[in-house]
Amino acid sequence: MAGTITFEPIDRYNAFLATCNNASHGSGKLAGVPVAIKDNISTKDIETTCASKILKGYIPPYDAHVINLLKAEGAAIVGKTNMDEFGMGTTTENSAFGPTLNPCDTSRVPGGSSGGSAAAVAAGMVRMALGSDTGGSIRCPASFCGIVGLKPSYGRVSRYGLIAYSNSLEQIGPLGKTVNDVSTLMSVIAGYDRHDTTSQDKPYNHTPAAEIKGLKIGIPQEYFGNGVDPDVAGVVKKAIGRLEELGAVTVPCSIPSMEYALAAYYVTTSCEASSNLARFDGVRYGPAPDTKKPWHDAYTEVRSAGFGTEVRRRILLGTFALSSGYYGKYYAKAQVARANVRADFNRIFKDVDVIAGPTMPTVAFKLQEKSDPLSMYLADILTVPANLAGIPAISVPCGKSEGMPVGLQIMGRMFEDERVVDVAYAYEQAVN
Amino acid sequence: MADPDGQVIVGLEVHCQLDTKSKLFCGCSTDYRSDGPNTHVCPICLGLPGAMPALNKRAIEYAMKVAKALNCEILNESEFSRKNYFYPDLDKAYQITQYDKPLAEGGYLEIESDEGGERKIRLTRIHVEEDPGRLVHMGNVERGKYSLVDYNRAGIPLIEIVSEPDMRSPKEARKFLNKLRATLEYLNVFDSEKEGSIRVDANISIKGSERVEVKNITSYKGVEKALTFEVTRQKNLIRRGQKIERETRHYLEARGVTQAGRSKEQEHDYRYFPEPDLRPLRVRSWLDGIVLPELPDARRERFMAEYGCSLNHARTLTGELKLANFFEKVVASDKRGLSPLAATWIADTLKGELNYRDMSLDLVEPAAMTGLVLLLKAETITDKSGVEVLRVMLDQRLKNEPAETPDAIVKRLNLAKTPGDTGAITKAIDEAITENPKALDDYRAGRSGALNFLVGQVMKKTRGKADPAELNRLLTGELKKREA
Repeated sequence: MAGTITFEPIDRYNAFLATCNNASHGSGKLAGVPVAIKDNISTKDIETTCASKILKGYIPPYDAHVINLLKAEGAAIVGKTNMDEFGMGTTTENSAFGPTLNPCDTSRVPGGSSGGSAAAVAAGMVRMALGSDTGGSIRCPASFCGIVGLKPSYGRVSRYGLIAYSNSLEQIGPLGKTVNDVSTLMSVIAGYDRHDTTSQDKPYNHTPAAEIKGLKIGIPQEYFGNGVDPDVAGVVKKAIGRLEELGAVTVPCSIPSMEYALAAYYVTTSCEASSNLARFDGVRYGPAPDTKKPWHDAYTEVRSAGFGTEVRRRILLGTFALSSGYYGKYYAKAQVARANVRADFNRIFKDVDVIAGPTMPTVAFKLQEKSDPLSMYLADILTVPANLAGIPAISVPCGKSEGMPVGLQIMGRMFEDERVVDVAYAYEQAVN
Repeated sequence: MADPDGQVIVGLEVHCQLDTKSKLFCGCSTDYRSDGPNTHVCPICLGLPGAMPALNKRAIEYAMKVAKALNCEILNESEFSRKNYFYPDLDKAYQITQYDKPLAEGGYLEIESDEGGERKIRLTRIHVEEDPGRLVHMGNVERGKYSLVDYNRAGIPLIEIVSEPDMRSPKEARKFLNKLRATLEYLNVFDSEKEGSIRVDANISIKGSERVEVKNITSYKGVEKALTFEVTRQKNLIRRGQKIERETRHYLEARGVTQAGRSKEQEHDYRYFPEPDLRPLRVRSWLDGIVLPELPDARRERFMAEYGCSLNHARTLTGELKLANFFEKVVASDKRGLSPLAATWIADTLKGELNYRDMSLDLVEPAAMTGLVLLLKAETITDKSGVEVLRVMLDQRLKNEPAETPDAIVKRLNLAKTPGDTGAITKAIDEAITENPKALDDYRAGRSGALNFLVGQVMKKTRGKADPAELNRLLTGELKKREA
């Protein structure tokens, strides 16, 4: 059973940053299945850069917990995929190694930040891939590239080895062409890991079931309001109609705390990132500093040259927001807003089983279409709430607008990942 | 104007390494001191990208033991925070520590005050944190060509114990530290002999003036020295009519002085926020399971009651775990019989001789000490000979020479006094008086110093073997004879 597979794809979309031409694999649930890994997940002996110059040449001496699990089930780790630098972006344009192109239309972005993983799956280069989702980074590219992507409940998958961007929000999760593949990959990576003490002892042993009769689906008005492309909203409404035909019941609802969701998200992520990324100083790995200079000058040089614009912007924002006298104004307030989002979801989930809406307010942007950071941040409005609340959310293709894929997002109660998978599966089975 | 003779006010922040087997957030061994640099490291304590901390339960148990022994209150919920700053020895560019929700608050430690009684020094808090790595400078810090980083120390568990400004002199600060050390040793959570296992920052002010923080004190003696220097410096400034600046100063151990630290512009803003990779700690319920051993104060009382030790001897003996254990071993065979002599000989003589040699008590066999005390008790040798025997014993152990028993040393050096045989003493007295006619004249003139001088001369001649009481009696008799 064990062996090696040859992996020499023609990478038209710049989906990969590194490939393993002869990838070894073992036996198990994923025996010989080629799996692509987002480049912020540590892989022993394979360069791991987070698409940043500052980690160029860094070869981790250890595997992330999810990589150990994949290997134990026989998967072949065939390569590392492109991304927005350290996960900071919605298009995969913020990569130090050039943007990834959308296989559905190469003039468009694949979404981000797990754009390389999504493109590799969409283009058929691999059957499945791992991404990470801090504010939509799995669901957005899944939506833009027309594949399935799951952000698991916070704590369901170990983050050990995931190079942290915003620890309190992010999760590693599966991307695949089908709900079944995503579910299979999830069953391999979920579970408690003693190295990540925020992980939960909640393994995922589930086979998707298409039965949703009587399921109550909440439809939040905010997911179909201002800023959401009417055509995209129409496609998603039609998809929800299909779910109703399958026996589900829709219930209108509202998430008023969404007003502060983006602000809370960007404050939290920037603060945590400013601290997480401080270790990249050239002392232990990455481009070496000029040792003839005083250490602070050498640090400044390495960090100024090594980080891209968006990363520098967020480090500065986070450093400012955590500064003495500002903590209460920003970080502490953001945590209050997070608690409000969680409370809103808890309230809604008393009456409904899942919440449905579009994954993204639009279809994939043209390359370089979004030039100012603020309008880019606004694109995350529909994905960020699930991260703030920690709940599971899946994106499943539900039709097209302007000829580009549209994603249907299903969010569920905390640790009810199985249920959002089932709803996505029911929809997928009904339309195929 | 501030009063240069105003009250000295001292508060301490003491960092102690907890003596756990593995580090605070990973499985690396803490026993690194005899190994090469960067040999006790892993992705976690190197802060490699993606590595996450997993809390060492034992470290929290140790810290809680300390908190319970120091009468602190364990918070219902405490949490870890990140203290962000750049420094090459800080692998993650933040230290995982505790900030606004420490493990424990309040509590106190009793010390002997300068006036002699017991005094409670209140504690503010105890929190748990990780030690950073260490820089090894190639040559001088300022002028050396480069520095190397050793991360073996990174992630060693520390507790920081913060006191209220309740100490009133450098000496009290030293006593606080000694008492704290003893308590931690009794709890078996700390090894004071490991290099760098304790580090102290001290806040000191003269009443009515700004306070100064003295950092980088790494020894027990250093605390008293650094603070004594500061008291003098601050009092001199006040005398000259100058103001004390609120500042951070560094203690330079080798020179025994403090030096102004970084200027205001470079002062750190640590940007604390809760560590998102660790969950809040809810451990108060563990307290019930923590059984404290006998602590220094209780042992001191027991030594007085059980062995009849004086307060001072009991304090000294129980002030160090090893010394207390040693004492109890030495007198085990005859508690009441040996204790009075053993207490003096261990608390005063042995301790002094060890200090003089900078020698560890570990090198002394309790049985050998028992042997010496027995010789003294039987009055086989004089106190002076006893000191000589002890010195030989210690020097042999220190030089790693074959150790003789006290009996053998007495025999070899012919130190036994021979009861009743006064011939040698009489002869020596005779010689001493003959050789020092001036002393005799002085004695006759009623100068009391003359007698002491002659006692010294006779002791010299008998090499200390003369029993002091016997000698006094004989010498006085002889002088009386000659006076007549």
